[in-house]
Amino acid sequence: MTTLPSTDPIPASRKPFPFGRALAWAGLLLIVLISVFPIFIVLKTALTSNKQLYAEAASLWPSKPTLINFERVLGMVSPEQAQAAGGSGSSVSFLTSTKNSVIFTALIVVFQTLFSSMAAYAFARLKFPGRDTIFTAFLIALMIPGIVLSIPNFITIKNLGWLNSMPGMVAPFFLMSPFAVFFLRQFFLSLPKETEEAAFLDGASPFTIFWRITLPMSQGPIITLAILTTIGMWNEFLWPFLIAKDEASYTLPVALQVFKTQTPQGTPDWTGLMAGTFIAIIPVFLLLIALGRRVVESLAFSGTK
Amino acid sequence: MTTQTTTQLLVATARPKKPQRQAWIGYLFILPAIIGFVVFYLYPALRGLQISFTDWNLLSDPKNVGLANYDEALHDPKFWSALWITVKYVLWNIPLQTLLSILLAVAMDRLVKSMFIKGLIILPYLLSSVLVAMIFLWMLDPLLGIINQWLDATPIGKQAFFTSTDQAIPTIALINVWKYMGFNALLFYAGLQAIPRTVYEAASIDGATEWTVFWKITLPLLRPVSVFVLVTSLIGSFQIFDTVAVTTQGGPVDSTKVLVYYIYQNAFSFFRMGYATAMSMLLFGLLVVFTLLQLKFLRANESDLD
Repeated sequence: MTTLPSTDPIPASRKPFPFGRALAWAGLLLIVLISVFPIFIVLKTALTSNKQLYAEAASLWPSKPTLINFERVLGMVSPEQAQAAGGSGSSVSFLTSTKNSVIFTALIVVFQTLFSSMAAYAFARLKFPGRDTIFTAFLIALMIPGIVLSIPNFITIKNLGWLNSMPGMVAPFFLMSPFAVFFLRQFFLSLPKETEEAAFLDGASPFTIFWRITLPMSQGPIITLAILTTIGMWNEFLWPFLIAKDEASYTLPVALQVFKTQTPQGTPDWTGLMAGTFIAIIPVFLLLIALGRRVVESLAFSGTK
Repeated sequence: MTTQTTTQLLVATARPKKPQRQAWIGYLFILPAIIGFVVFYLYPALRGLQISFTDWNLLSDPKNVGLANYDEALHDPKFWSALWITVKYVLWNIPLQTLLSILLAVAMDRLVKSMFIKGLIILPYLLSSVLVAMIFLWMLDPLLGIINQWLDATPIGKQAFFTSTDQAIPTIALINVWKYMGFNALLFYAGLQAIPRTVYEAASIDGATEWTVFWKITLPLLRPVSVFVLVTSLIGSFQIFDTVAVTTQGGPVDSTKVLVYYIYQNAFSFFRMGYATAMSMLLFGLLVVFTLLQLKFLRANESDLD
């Protein structure tokens, strides 16, 4: 738990007893509690058996914690056992949607980041006619609300015959995002030019300079962008929701939404749903633990632009 | 054409080769992004504009109807009601979210060193809006939800939340306050880091109270970030969709039918593509007004320190 030098708290003004500080701490802890509480309830519900759900609705911890909900969501128990535990048999599609989500997110993060950084480099460093006009058009695109684009894009994908397919889900995000281009261009502009110029005089091509100098020097912002894109794409709902009409092509956010409305008794399978929800949280939670400082700093970076 | 090529050749031989060669390399670098931009941003934006002048159900050929869709929207009580519901949502969401984020950011700046606590505060932001909506659907369930179980034991009693026409919009707004509060607090926190510590030290020597410091120093110096956060969350807030789609689907009795949900319904349930895109364009126009305001406000970028 070390800190950046700049985040050191300011010494409080000297007072007999810091009532204000105590109050501030109390308020802060309350907010932390409010932030974490719903996620705790997800875990608690996921660990409760369907039989005890009603009896223990008001308690903070199940009296007999069970892993059965996780097992049936992951398809580790037979359909009969799953149904006995209150399931609806949607366990197989959960694994498929997780796989879809991973492929969807990975394809977009890798290629969108690559193509966007190439464009950002050109906008920041290379000279060609129309460069600034094209860049301005990219910036305007940043302001168009998603719903304006989604209807014509839906028609484009339909005409291409890509409904219900990974290419259809990935296509609009694959080649660029205006935000990514903007974000990286601003950073590339601030890189020192000397190294690149030296490499150029040594006869290096712009491709070599981009690959061997600019990209390695920009690891920080590129990883930052990749993290933000990962969070955004892992959670993307509207587009996959429009394109994936078939259970086999659902991503996790889409699958979990349908999971809610497709239960045999008409009431949601809450324990299974919460187990699925908890599993869906795990990847982003691991990302936060592994790269927490970077996430915090990256958000700070994007906030001051 | 020929003369132009000749001129370019002349210029090219007159100068070092570098600029000429860079031109096509530049285009090559932006080629993938340009394809993405033209196919999925420029074309759909223009196509959307074109569709908004037609009557089209996706199956038969679009029929040109001129401005009829725009005329219909402006006379459609459901459009105005959807816009009004959206405004109500924004009025619940934005002030509370902004206020809590600023206070949280100040608390983070002045009290907390722990990266762990900061991580916990942004945890809700890492969840998809669909998951967030489902978690709250569960916690606020009239029968089994823990909140209602607890409220039942107090004089307040059980609340209807999503199933009440009065409570549904505030409930949805508060859920998104929960989701975005920590993220916005981090943006404000980043803004606070930019305020020189010397200003605070000077205030401390002068004997200023924490309260005075907050109103007279922190808040004014935070203005550029505040404007950025306020305007971006306002634009996002006007496009509220996911939470509604998961929790209430516009109900009860259309009390949560926000604009994007109404647009979505027209496009994908009623297959009225022309009408849906016309309303999208009106929303776009509204957001452009906010963007212009943003550009105006962002001139406040110049710090009060100078």
